Amino acid sequence: MLDRLRFVPGRLLQAIPVLFGVTLIVFFMVHLLPGNPAVAILGQTATPERVAALSKQLGLDQPLWDQYLLFMKHLFQGNLGTSITYQRPVSELVFQDFPITLSLLLFALVLSLAISVPLAALAATAPGRGRDLGVRAFTLLGQGMPQFWVGIMLILLLAVKAGLFPVGGYGETWGEHWYYLFLPALTLAIAMCPTVIRSLRASTINVLGSDYVGTARSKGAAGAGLFRLHVLRNAAIPTVSIVGVNLGYLIGGTLVIEKVFAVPGLGSLMINAILARDFPTIQAVALFVALFVIVIGILTDVVYTAIDPRVDLSSKEFA
Amino acid sequence: MTTAVVRASRAMRRPVRSRALKPWYRNGTLVAGLVIVGLLVLVALLAPLLTPYDPIAQDLEHALASPSGAHWLGTDKYGRDVLTRLMYGARIDLRVGFLAVLIPFVVGSVLGALAGYFGGWFDTVVMRVVDVFFAFPFYVLVIVLVFVLGAGESSIYLAIATVSWVSYAKILRGELLVAKKQDWVIAARLGGMSHGRILLRHIAPNVLSQALIYAMSDIVMDIMAIVTLGYLGLGIAPPTAEWGSMILDGQEFITTQWQQATIPGLAVVVTSLGLSFLGDGLSDLLTPERRR
Repeated sequence: MLDRLRFVPGRLLQAIPVLFGVTLIVFFMVHLLPGNPAVAILGQTATPERVAALSKQLGLDQPLWDQYLLFMKHLFQGNLGTSITYQRPVSELVFQDFPITLSLLLFALVLSLAISVPLAALAATAPGRGRDLGVRAFTLLGQGMPQFWVGIMLILLLAVKAGLFPVGGYGETWGEHWYYLFLPALTLAIAMCPTVIRSLRASTINVLGSDYVGTARSKGAAGAGLFRLHVLRNAAIPTVSIVGVNLGYLIGGTLVIEKVFAVPGLGSLMINAILARDFPTIQAVALFVALFVIVIGILTDVVYTAIDPRVDLSSKEFA
Repeated sequence: MTTAVVRASRAMRRPVRSRALKPWYRNGTLVAGLVIVGLLVLVALLAPLLTPYDPIAQDLEHALASPSGAHWLGTDKYGRDVLTRLMYGARIDLRVGFLAVLIPFVVGSVLGALAGYFGGWFDTVVMRVVDVFFAFPFYVLVIVLVFVLGAGESSIYLAIATVSWVSYAKILRGELLVAKKQDWVIAARLGGMSHGRILLRHIAPNVLSQALIYAMSDIVMDIMAIVTLGYLGLGIAPPTAEWGSMILDGQEFITTQWQQATIPGLAVVVTSLGLSFLGDGLSDLLTPERRR
């Protein structure tokens, strides 16, 4: 087991140039603003004194290269800058809102598995037949719907018409948090399902046709027991990496969905920062999210290796 | 040498496009996709002829009217006909969706193909840059870029191009890694053909189909992005009719006029279904050997 995790240090090393590139992009974002970024942030009506003060605060009065070095130096000190709107360190804002986004993301992941596994099983056990086509229609529709619109439709049906859920917000107590997060999580789960179902359906059909399932059947295993013990575990393996790859896309969706449901997470932080032209906050959220995606990528590889003894990322093939 | 030349000349006669098993018009999925997308494009093009109303002019006396014979889908808060705005919205959303794939398609395919074909340091550099862009969730980078570049159509093209070329690069690189080891490519090389000629005349027609099939789902993703930007108030500026901003406007009246936010979303669903069918149909037609 430990032996097979030898790839981890190499994988971490590989992430370094990517991280470096990410900081470059985040740094140069501010310089894509037409004209003086300080003017762009403050608006044309700002007094020259305020522009000069902000330029100094953002280090804009120095050569580009020095600015980048300063940016990196601050980054290593955990200093992501100061929010222009809140006049607080951005890192504080990010760490305050990230747990909310993370819970939303995990909740969505659990819900999407709860929907996908039975549907994939239904489809895979009767390929080409009615229920398979039904599931396929569901995945096609799920892919074709804008995520934020699905959220609005859920608000319309389950919150406004049926009155089962709140239309938005985050609640006060721990229990309320999950209740308030249900609809946004369901929205994200619906967006995530088509990819998961497709991968799970294909791998389940594969596993069902394999020799060891035939053997298990001939020894009397059938129904749910066969499915849980022999099929699902093996069929789930390719899905883990699909989910890992798609988490990045899901995180992007989370940011928009938070805005729809007024969930006070990273997404609301970023969208509000954009509307307020609060550049340090935008940069910090973008940087943090990218870092998170890179970490997820590495974790996916570790989990993938841990659950499937046949995978060996340390072998030369993957080097 | 002679055998190599014979092999090369045979390689040149290799059918460039994989022959489909049945004619395109017998492919139900492809036809369904063509019909849906065709109708949408037609409605978009003919919008001024199909409706007597103006998509932008306000008519506050008739604001928030329910669906009726005069206004089939009702009117919005400025008294504008919703159906008219839906049809004019198709002009913007479809145009931007289709045009936005062009730059990433070309740039990504060329970079990915060169990286896969030549390998070496160029491949390493391109793939590292791809990794960097992949670290940012699609929406995060698109939203931030559109904001930085300033809301509007050209910013959307630029932002989408910056973000989505990486997928084409990955696909084409993968295709090239396989294609360059094929006998007919090696034969063409031994026959003294230049890299450029091999890439353009022989490899490109065979590997581009995957990028083309992906482009169909990429158009869907771009339309989603445009609509999402519109919804966030960062896309095409109002009062231009656009599906995303129509949903944003409609959300305000969700309790009384639910159709206002619902219908533009349905338009997106129909568009993406059409494009999905088109993509699946193209995939059957262009790469029958990969069909499962």
